[in-house]
Amino acid sequence: MNKVRSNPLNTVAMHGALILYTLIALFPVFIILINSFKDRRSIFREPLALPNSESFSTIGYETVLQQGDFFLYFQNSMIVTVASLFFVLLFGAMAAYALSEYRFRGNMLMGLYLALGIMIPIRIGTVAILEMMVATGLVNTLWALILVYTAQGLPLAVFILSEFMRQVSDDLKNAGRIDGLSEYTIFFRLVLPLVRPAMATVAVFNMIPIWNDLWFPLILAPAEETKTLTLGSQVFIGQFVTDWNAVLSALSMAILPVLILYIIFSRQLIRGITSGAVK
Amino acid sequence: MTALSLKNVNKSFGKVHVLKDINLDVEEGEFVVFVGPSGCGKSTLLRVIAGLEDATSGEISIGGEVMNLTPPSKRGIAMVFQSYALYPHLNVRGNMTLALKQEGQSKSVIEERVQTASKMLNLEPYLDRYPSELSGGQRQRVAIGRAIVREPKLFLFDEPLSNLDAALRMNTRIEIANLHRQLGASMIYVTHDQTEAMTLADKIVVLRDGRVEQIGSPMELYNNPANQFVAGFLGSPSMNFFPAGIVQSGDDRIMGIRPEDLFLADDGILSARVSHVEKLGGDTNVIAHLNDHQITARLFGQHAVEEGQDLRLGFDPQSAYHFNTQGARLY
Ligand SMILES: Nc1ncnc2c1ncn2[C@@H]1O[C@H](COP(=O)(O)OP(=O)(O)O)[C@@H](O)[C@H]1O
Ligand SMILES: [Mg+2]
Repeated sequence: MNKVRSNPLNTVAMHGALILYTLIALFPVFIILINSFKDRRSIFREPLALPNSESFSTIGYETVLQQGDFFLYFQNSMIVTVASLFFVLLFGAMAAYALSEYRFRGNMLMGLYLALGIMIPIRIGTVAILEMMVATGLVNTLWALILVYTAQGLPLAVFILSEFMRQVSDDLKNAGRIDGLSEYTIFFRLVLPLVRPAMATVAVFNMIPIWNDLWFPLILAPAEETKTLTLGSQVFIGQFVTDWNAVLSALSMAILPVLILYIIFSRQLIRGITSGAVK
Repeated sequence: MTALSLKNVNKSFGKVHVLKDINLDVEEGEFVVFVGPSGCGKSTLLRVIAGLEDATSGEISIGGEVMNLTPPSKRGIAMVFQSYALYPHLNVRGNMTLALKQEGQSKSVIEERVQTASKMLNLEPYLDRYPSELSGGQRQRVAIGRAIVREPKLFLFDEPLSNLDAALRMNTRIEIANLHRQLGASMIYVTHDQTEAMTLADKIVVLRDGRVEQIGSPMELYNNPANQFVAGFLGSPSMNFFPAGIVQSGDDRIMGIRPEDLFLADDGILSARVSHVEKLGGDTNVIAHLNDHQITARLFGQHAVEEGQDLRLGFDPQSAYHFNTQGARLY
């Protein structure tokens, strides 16, 4: 491996490929960003040009900030995403710990049952979910979304976390038991910090689909005061006219929080993804 | 008083019967070593004693009290693990004091015990370091310190030396022996290494496949093994076994002779071809083939023996052991 790495040709080729991939991946984001700062005419005439003194305009941002309650949408999205992630991580980690640490009847079956959700999309159950939400009076509340996203995220979380928890040293947990720590203390103080990279991985994998989701907000919480950012941005996409300035500006602003959350998690994430390979 | 007493202890994991009818008494202040090949159930037995696993049947008493249902922290034991198992988020002091804090000991008691233990183990300069900033040997000492501060009735060690390099292993072995002398506490020590067992133990328990093969002092087991397994397991290099028919035709027993009981003799009864020689300076180990059987002779001092050479080896018939083909000792 060292030999391959130290060969300058290989290094150049490797970095070339990575840079190329980065460019391709960032291109759409870049286009959205530059066009959000242009007036409508320039967006269509020269979509690839950078904004210049003539085409520069913040009309999109102005529209977004004036029309609709953009900050409320933003706040709703934030609450739903953060709360769902919190519950996915908390309950996912607890279930994973139970499955990997304790021997009980039906342990295997329970694990398989929980993993089944990975393969069956939760949207299949939309009608039933809507009926339940109506029956419990949760329609048009953020709780409806938080509950659904928690359910949606749990299977993968349990699957990934239980795999990592199996690797936590038994001796460490046993040392805690001999020293008189409760099972909860062992879980929260000894085990959780050691699977932090895996938790970050789960968080990132769950965060983006939740943030971007349009389906459940549209069905379960379309009221003005519970609209999420993705749903709120749809007002600019009309059947006949679309306010592209506003759409692009809203999208640009929607990227930011995800980016910030991603940067927070990314160091742990990379450790989580590579730890299996390096160990 | 007995520090520990096991009565007909069995342990199964599902269908796998790991511990079979273990009976054992450990006296107050005794150093007992469980020895046996990997996978024979030593760690499982230790975990059952500690309460980390429930025995499937049988009775476990510590200090005269039946403890089958007592949680690990209330059994008056402390355990040192092979992988050290230090808490990564606590420094050395934190690692040593956690159990005492859980027990609700007063600050002054905690401080005093940490002082004593860290002095005993030369850990004073490291009290504020984290486990990741310590060497393997230091971590091992912290793990032992964590056990000492609890002042347990019974110490349990699970292969504490197997992650250390050879030089450190020897030193730590001596430290543990000194510790036992200083504390006078009862200790159970698990190892697969017969040298550790022979050098540390007051009493050795030889285990195989979850069964106790023999219990006794190191010299009792060495001089008077109950069966072929124990005879072959203790002593290094291990005992030579070959059909007694080679020596006396018609004899269908198995003969066992320790390498140190063989000597070079021109009229020796065994004739063998040397396949390998290990010259250690003080000793010379000769590995030779007796028909199809490999035997080892440990000769005192230095000898001019070469590979490929034919040798004649003799032994005192008094020093030979005899076993039947099932491995049981014949007298
Ligand atoms: N939790 C467990 N579940 C099932 N089998 C186990 C478990 N722990 C140990 N065993 C089995 O018990 C046997 C003894 O293991 P162990 O006590 O660790 O051996 P040793 O410490 O002597 O090397 C092994 O065959 C092992 O596979
Ligand atoms: Mg073991």
